[in-house]
Amino acid sequence: MSSYELWKELMRSGDSSVTALQRAYVYFYQAFIENNRWQQYLNGVLTTLWVTAAALVLGIILGVIVAVIRTAHDQQRPGQRNPLLGICNFILKIYVTVIRGTPMMVQLMIMGFVIFASSRSFALVGALTLGINSGAYVSEIIRGGLMAVDGGQMEAGRSLGLNYADTMRFIIVPQAVKAILPALGNEFIVLLKDTSLISVIGGKELLYAARGVVSRTYEAMYPFLGTALIYLVLVMIFTWLLGIFERRLRQSDRR
Amino acid sequence: MIDVKNLSKSFGDHLVLDNISEHIHPGEKVVIIGPSGSGKSTFLRCLNLLEIPTKGSITFDGVDITDPKVNIDGIRRQMGMVFQHFNLFPNMTIRKNITLAPVWTGLMKQAEADEAAESLLRRVGLEDKAEAYPAQLSGGQKQRIAIVRAMAMKPKLMLFDEPTSALDPEMVGEVLDVMRELADEGMTMVVVTHEMGFAREVGTRVLFMADGIVMEQNTPSELFGNPKCERLRGFLAKVL
Ligand SMILES: Nc1ncnc2c1ncn2[C@@H]1O[C@H](COP(=O)(O)OP(=O)(O)OP(=O)(O)O)[C@@H](O)[C@H]1O
Ligand SMILES: [Mg+2]
Repeated sequence: MSSYELWKELMRSGDSSVTALQRAYVYFYQAFIENNRWQQYLNGVLTTLWVTAAALVLGIILGVIVAVIRTAHDQQRPGQRNPLLGICNFILKIYVTVIRGTPMMVQLMIMGFVIFASSRSFALVGALTLGINSGAYVSEIIRGGLMAVDGGQMEAGRSLGLNYADTMRFIIVPQAVKAILPALGNEFIVLLKDTSLISVIGGKELLYAARGVVSRTYEAMYPFLGTALIYLVLVMIFTWLLGIFERRLRQSDRR
Repeated sequence: MIDVKNLSKSFGDHLVLDNISEHIHPGEKVVIIGPSGSGKSTFLRCLNLLEIPTKGSITFDGVDITDPKVNIDGIRRQMGMVFQHFNLFPNMTIRKNITLAPVWTGLMKQAEADEAAESLLRRVGLEDKAEAYPAQLSGGQKQRIAIVRAMAMKPKLMLFDEPTSALDPEMVGEVLDVMRELADEGMTMVVVTHEMGFAREVGTRVLFMADGIVMEQNTPSELFGNPKCERLRGFLAKVL
């Protein structure tokens, strides 16, 4: 009989000779090592990471499209408004308003249990929902970055005879990117943590794994503390990487 | 060259330009003076449609540029504009600042534009700054670059909106020198400025704007030496 099983037996029989350290060992072993449970956490982390990556990519693609259309709409010459752009802008405004005006949890429920009720690819539905959600926020980040560029830059470009698209491409966007990238890094961290929500629609990410262990061992502290620790480490690693990236960006800028 | 007819501009219900008609002939150096908020910048910015007139028409070389069908980029290529705050592109070298528009509007090939930039920079004594970035230059240098950048498009007309107002006093002279040189070469210029010395010396005609209209205009010597309306006399008493 291993010491884990021995101490666990003693704890169950109410023996008061079990030390606090022995208790901790039992709970830890049970939460992470027994039945190779650490594999469940590892699989959970992998799901968390790919869902985050997929949501980020989708979020950026959607965000760029929405931001470009809405900015182009806002910067039209008065009296020369393109009706198609107007319609697109109206629809996109609804998208941004609805996404930003409703809780992520509710969006997940609607996507998981209503729109994709018959789908079994829970993590994929989760990634899709997170991506659509992120797109709304990313579009506002990009719009904010574009609007933060001094209005004189657009005027200078246009006064030289450059068209709107070229002025954006060569003058406005390169300047906006410097403000946008750090904010996007932040969005990435938020997304990473928000993936934990997809466990409610059955996405088998990290928190889902921890909940599975809790329901089998009837012990919540170690699985959940362990989960928190893993998230914290992931966030710290990515924050560190983003910091390096940002420093690079600033260095290339120091003229 | 530019024919302005019954030009009005309002922002919301605030009427800033009130039915202005004006003609600018080739080779003229028109200087616009007037108190703050009188609509000088707005008038200048209407000439290249950075502001869209509310009423009236502007004709440039026989083309009505207020017509929505006109290719405004094509028109703007023929008019240079220099801003109070320079508006150089901080993400590009000086060379790139100057060559970007000529190259991307199809006016020149890159090599040709580089050569043009070099000779323009030599003219304003900044040939050693070609690879520098705007942040490394003084205000006076920035504004000289901004003038050169506009000239690289070979415009028929140059618009200046208070080009020296954001400069430290010791840098005003170097910018005015460049403008004076440009004037001597026969460039058509419209200049909004508070530099009365420059107006007197370089201007062929001075417009005094107040309350959204051109209240008085004349040759510099007449306008400064013999002001007729009360507002102008008050204004000159303050600035001279
Ligand atoms: N984009 C705008 N929106 C609203 N009002 C504006 C706008 N631009 C200018 N105005 C108003 O129009 C009036 C004229 O402005 P303008 O900039 O043409 O004056 P100005 O004669 O150039 O003054 P200054 O000497 O201070 O530059 C001002 O009252 C100003 O507040
Ligand atoms: Mg002004």
